[in-house]
Amino acid sequence: MDFFLEVSLVGLAIGGVYALVAVGYVLVYRTTHVINFAHGNMMMFGAYFYFTFAELLGLHWTISIVLTVIAAAGLGAGIERVALRPLLGRPAISIVMVTVGIASILHGAAQLIWTAGDFFLPPIFPDLPIVIDEMYIPANTGYGFLVALGAIGGFLLLFRFTRSGVAMRATASDQIAATTMGINVPAMFSLTWVYASITAALAGVVVGSITTLNPSMGLIGLSVLAVVILGGMDSVIGAVAAGLIVGWIEALTGFYIGGAFKDVVPFVVLLAILIVRPHGLFGTPEIERL
Amino acid sequence: MATVLEVNNIEVVYQHTVQVLRGLSLSVPEGAVVALLGANGAGKTTTLKAVSGLLPFENGAVASGNITFFGDDIARSAPHDLVRRGLFHVMEGRRVFEDLSVEENLLAATYASSNRQTAKAYDEVYGYFPRLAERRRQKAGYLSGGEQQMLAIGRALVAEPKVMLLDEPSLGLAPLLVQEIFDVITRINRDRGVAILLVEQNATLALEVASYGYIVENGRVVIDGPVETLKADRDVREFYLGLGSHGSARSFRDVKHYRRRKRWLS
Repeated sequence: MDFFLEVSLVGLAIGGVYALVAVGYVLVYRTTHVINFAHGNMMMFGAYFYFTFAELLGLHWTISIVLTVIAAAGLGAGIERVALRPLLGRPAISIVMVTVGIASILHGAAQLIWTAGDFFLPPIFPDLPIVIDEMYIPANTGYGFLVALGAIGGFLLLFRFTRSGVAMRATASDQIAATTMGINVPAMFSLTWVYASITAALAGVVVGSITTLNPSMGLIGLSVLAVVILGGMDSVIGAVAAGLIVGWIEALTGFYIGGAFKDVVPFVVLLAILIVRPHGLFGTPEIERL
Repeated sequence: MATVLEVNNIEVVYQHTVQVLRGLSLSVPEGAVVALLGANGAGKTTTLKAVSGLLPFENGAVASGNITFFGDDIARSAPHDLVRRGLFHVMEGRRVFEDLSVEENLLAATYASSNRQTAKAYDEVYGYFPRLAERRRQKAGYLSGGEQQMLAIGRALVAEPKVMLLDEPSLGLAPLLVQEIFDVITRINRDRGVAILLVEQNATLALEVASYGYIVENGRVVIDGPVETLKADRDVREFYLGLGSHGSARSFRDVKHYRRRKRWLS
């Protein structure tokens, strides 16, 4: 029984990180109705940014994090400006294909810049594991969860209470009406990509701290896409709930059934849930024709 | 009186093929209420969208002619920029942000205004529409149709425009609510000197509040003039106001469309 709780806690902690990645997908989807297949690789780039600042340039971890966030914001804005802005008003499927292309470009670029080898991120978090009532949570996972929670909470507050957050939600709700309010809709798209890229980079640093860093790290993004679908593409709360659920189920199957099933069982559960709720746990029921 | 908005001989084409406006012209003088009347599909809404720059969203374009706002050609302006310069379009069907609260809807409209005293602007809106004040924290999607229309006009007030384009403010509303909304529209025009270009199906109502009217058919203006002239026009009376030539209300049954052609068609 004690093991159940301990395994659950570790699973939920990993789930929190999934949630952070998932929120990045949701941000972009809600405002632009684009599924961003490059999100996983933007996350990988964020981790490499941190690696570059903290390890290669040897900067203090706080400065490195700030620089990583700035670099990630630049990456997001750059992708939006160069690749997506010209496609404004085109069908979502064309833009989705462009994001697939961006994913390949980022993957290749990472191999060219940082080589294909495995690296370890310099530790950010304290080395001691977190012990709650004799339950043992690995330090990186535990602190990573807290970072994810903080970042998600921060963005939620931003959307809820700031003027630009309201403008972004208005844009997500009705682009043409938002335009008639004097809201610069293309600028809002750009801001969305910046925010999504920042969440991706933070998630990348956390994931890179838990595992190792290599250019294939972006693949995690694809499995998190399943989380996003489970939560309902356009719901931040849904993404958080689904992230926690998938992380939890993954940890339980890994412990009770065996590591080989770890990647399978969550998706079986996901299929089962989608049969009952085709638009996800918290998604807007809407038929998307591609 | 100075002209704030002038539409000169515009032609609008959708999808590069469907021509909707065929040389339409109109002008809105400072502080005036101008009505744009016509049957379904005549091109009224398209005219408003051409003015506010929303045509590209529907793959439409102004193929020829030009539109000036305070003397500046607006062809090259981004639509959100026009809004910030004082041209506010209240779209047909209200288009409130349904998952935002009433107050957040008003906050979104502050992007149109350079004024940063938002609290004062909200209070003015609530002054015009006390019912919105009661519901300021509710999601706009849960408001009734009339309240949503109030909110749509409230957003325009927050924006402090110089010209308001109103597209069918009476659409789908109960007669009492229509009266209330039109009272406020008149007050806004009178108190703030906002010029209004009003598109309405309800011609009687529109000619009550407007000082000048244009009647559009098949994408061009067929008749225009001060409302007194329009109200006295035999064809306008019969086809738009539903009155007989003697001024009494007339049954639709007696209107012999097949006998009498509108004079402007021949």
